[in-house]
Amino acid sequence: MGYPHPSHPRETPILSKYFGDAEARTLEGWRARGGYEALQKALFTDPQELQTIVKDSGLRGRGGAGFPTGMKWSFMKPDGKTHYLCCNADESEPGTFKDREIMRWTPHGLVEGVALAAHAIYAQTAYIYIRGEFTEPYARVTAAVEEAYAAGILGANAMGSGKQVDVHVHRGAGAYICGEETALMNSLEGRRGNPRIKPPFPAVAGLFGKPTTINNVETLTTVPYIIKNGAEWYKQFGRPDNPKSIGTKLFSVCGNITRPGNYEVALGFPFKDFLYDLCGGPLPGREIKAVIPGGSSVPILTREEAEGAIMDYEGMVAAGTMLGSGGAIVFDDRQCMVRQIARLTRFYAHESCAQCSQCREGTAWITRIMERIRDGEGTAEDLDTLVSIADGMSGKTICVLSDSCATPVMSGLKKFRHEFEAKIAANPAMVTVPGALRASAA
Amino acid sequence: MVSLTIEGRPVTVPDGMSILEAAKTAGVLVPHYCYHPGLPVAGVCRMCLVEVEKMPKLAPACATSVMEGQVVHVHSPKALEARKGVLEFLLINHPLDCPICDQAGECELQDYTFAEGRADSRYREPKRFNPVEDFGGDVLYVQNRCILCTRCVRFMSDVADEPVLNVSERGDRAFIGKAEGHDLTNPWAGNVIDLCPVGALLSKDFLNKARAWELDRAPTVCTGCSQGCNAVVETRDNVPVRLKPRPNDAVNQYYMCEVGRQSYREFARRDRADQPLVRINGTLTEVDWEDAVTAAVGALSGKRVVVLASPNLSNEALFLLERLVAQLNGQGVFRVARGETVPLPGVADLALREERAANAAGARLLGFAEVTTVGSALRHDDALLVVGDALDGVTPSELAALSSLVFVGTTIPTAVAERAVAVLPITNTVEEEGTFTNLRGRVQRFLQGRTAPGVARPSWFVLTDLLAATGGAAEFHLPADVFAAMVSTHQAFAGLDYESLGMHGLPVLASETATAGAAI
Repeated sequence: MGYPHPSHPRETPILSKYFGDAEARTLEGWRARGGYEALQKALFTDPQELQTIVKDSGLRGRGGAGFPTGMKWSFMKPDGKTHYLCCNADESEPGTFKDREIMRWTPHGLVEGVALAAHAIYAQTAYIYIRGEFTEPYARVTAAVEEAYAAGILGANAMGSGKQVDVHVHRGAGAYICGEETALMNSLEGRRGNPRIKPPFPAVAGLFGKPTTINNVETLTTVPYIIKNGAEWYKQFGRPDNPKSIGTKLFSVCGNITRPGNYEVALGFPFKDFLYDLCGGPLPGREIKAVIPGGSSVPILTREEAEGAIMDYEGMVAAGTMLGSGGAIVFDDRQCMVRQIARLTRFYAHESCAQCSQCREGTAWITRIMERIRDGEGTAEDLDTLVSIADGMSGKTICVLSDSCATPVMSGLKKFRHEFEAKIAANPAMVTVPGALRASAA
Repeated sequence: MVSLTIEGRPVTVPDGMSILEAAKTAGVLVPHYCYHPGLPVAGVCRMCLVEVEKMPKLAPACATSVMEGQVVHVHSPKALEARKGVLEFLLINHPLDCPICDQAGECELQDYTFAEGRADSRYREPKRFNPVEDFGGDVLYVQNRCILCTRCVRFMSDVADEPVLNVSERGDRAFIGKAEGHDLTNPWAGNVIDLCPVGALLSKDFLNKARAWELDRAPTVCTGCSQGCNAVVETRDNVPVRLKPRPNDAVNQYYMCEVGRQSYREFARRDRADQPLVRINGTLTEVDWEDAVTAAVGALSGKRVVVLASPNLSNEALFLLERLVAQLNGQGVFRVARGETVPLPGVADLALREERAANAAGARLLGFAEVTTVGSALRHDDALLVVGDALDGVTPSELAALSSLVFVGTTIPTAVAERAVAVLPITNTVEEEGTFTNLRGRVQRFLQGRTAPGVARPSWFVLTDLLAATGGAAEFHLPADVFAAMVSTHQAFAGLDYESLGMHGLPVLASETATAGAAI
């Protein structure tokens, strides 16, 4: 059974090594590939030591924010309180589909990482919160958890360590906002998935009011490799001149690109090489116009900016955007950016949890204006209004969904204003009519 | 304690207090919608964003605790711009139907928009429209006006402990929904109407009755039960149209039950006794006050007098009645209606109390004995002086045995019309001023909210006249005079002063409180 594309020689497949390998999905297959060795070792290691190893490795959260994982774990002290670990498997950011593949192909890798992290933060109970629409990943992870319990890897005496490690798989009902860590906790508690005001931070009062650590699927799946091979081993991946971005990262690529899919490369990889070499560049005869590099909520890059960017946390910031979740969306020269941005704002307007005034009303208002402009009914003053609304939405709400909606609008207006103006002026030469991509492909 | 500066004013407040509350102590109002001191903080309306020096973003004043040395700017250009933005967002879909909205004139969206909002709207799209929904009970939900502050949801969940309301849907489609199969019939549900900062939740009972600016308001104390909830009576053209809670942390916080709210109807009754009456040739005939008092005293003299007082009379009236009882060598009794106790779970010691009268505790302190039936206190040939009691359930045979009946009250019961020698019309609670003593022994003042009908007089005034006419010493010109006399002669009220009671009241002596609360 093969994977959509073979591993590229320039990839560094650690997490993705067994993508396409059906046998790796089973407990037996996973063990045959060295699985659960790290957990076996970790369960007999002091949690403090595990925290130190992860801290030394330089691993940063792969969910999007990039917070140092070891530091996050170090907030959890042996204080005798009940602690919880939550695995955020609610991957819903448009353009991002890396966690899904981890869960589909290496579910035991995730279970191992979850159990290991739980022990490392002094928790006996961990939850894997999976996005509601993830049917297959849910089935795979659930099966893996059941297998792990049956084999004594999880439970009252995990791997003979005398430690209690319980993992529960919870399936969300399908709300984008439940991927926000505090909304996720609310949802797990059986409440409406609304983000909570911070402070208190989850490490102080999280799930059920107890100290909680929340990590992304990719982050947790990486941890066993670090424990098994050591922090120094992990540090070899990355730019030598940038110690802040260490390790490998899975990047999802979609849109107008020859070989869409998931690619794992060491951080610091040149984005131009990534797009043109690994992903095959634009479709024949086309040219890349823009890229949203880190999931739909980060600033858009023009082709020139993208080609000059480096794929790590600092490199993307230097390019005027963010690494985010690593989900790159590629637009070629046939794409109408107004249309694409309107589609994104519509998504955010639909998914806003409705708590904060700016987000609830602002996302919908922006969408209405965007769709009006898209339909050739915009006015010149709409552009100023868009900027003003986006400004009113940014940095003023409980979570960043509002900012996520405002960002593509702001960066789109900054970099592709001429397309907005052409739509308003009804200049068909500047824009692509709906359906053009399909017509062209045919 | 923490010291900080808010709008240039130094303040020192307890550690952990929110910036919003700290600003209040400095006399600075931070505009807000979702925040309410009686509810858990939600921090969702984002109206209270303030600029705090050294903080990278604007901070929600309701959800941010004060810190030592903090410098807060409430009206800085950045904070003002943010509030202007929130107002604009809230108004894009708000129907702007102030001319027909019941909340007009007391709407916080209206107020803040006037104070800080944009003069025009940049919204060019069609506004959303949703139908009005009957939430059951007395509550109507006008979704178009809702700003999703969730005060109502939090009240029902965290204070009333009956989570009937929720936020349904997402995005700008969100609305306040009801749990399937449930209505807003909780005995405390009416508070969501008061809590709503806009006109989204309205009282069906009050709907279209009056505009806020047409109303006159006076502080009062609810007479619905012995809790003594502080309230405001609102009148339009001298007619009571609404009773709303008045905040008092020591009694009812910010809340009031449905029974209390509906008690305004009693004050608005039109079948009032508004002229003194004396039975002449078998018919109750209008006379002047002097003749009526003379007739009343004549009817009570030379007999054993039983005084049946209402536990809704003020302390002042009961004190004068106590003296009258002594003067006539009679007996003072009262009876009190009872019902189910309905607590408000989220507020300690707040309930709709079993005793459905405002001043049973006062009556006990002033020497009145509780009876379950009027007949049990009466003997053959007794004279009965009824003050405020409506004589509900009293049988004709019980009254037939009386030698005479004098009625001092607000509406004339049928039995009285047939038997009374004299009728002296008095004012009800919202037409006079005085004090009540609640079940915890807290003495609280109420003020006059409207003028009395006809020539009806305040109860303390009429009783002063009666006392004087029976030969008792009575020289009182104001309720405060009566109160002072009461304080000087009753140890239970010792130390209290009418003026210093303020509008939140003070407790009577602890030992007496225990006595007053014995029947709880």
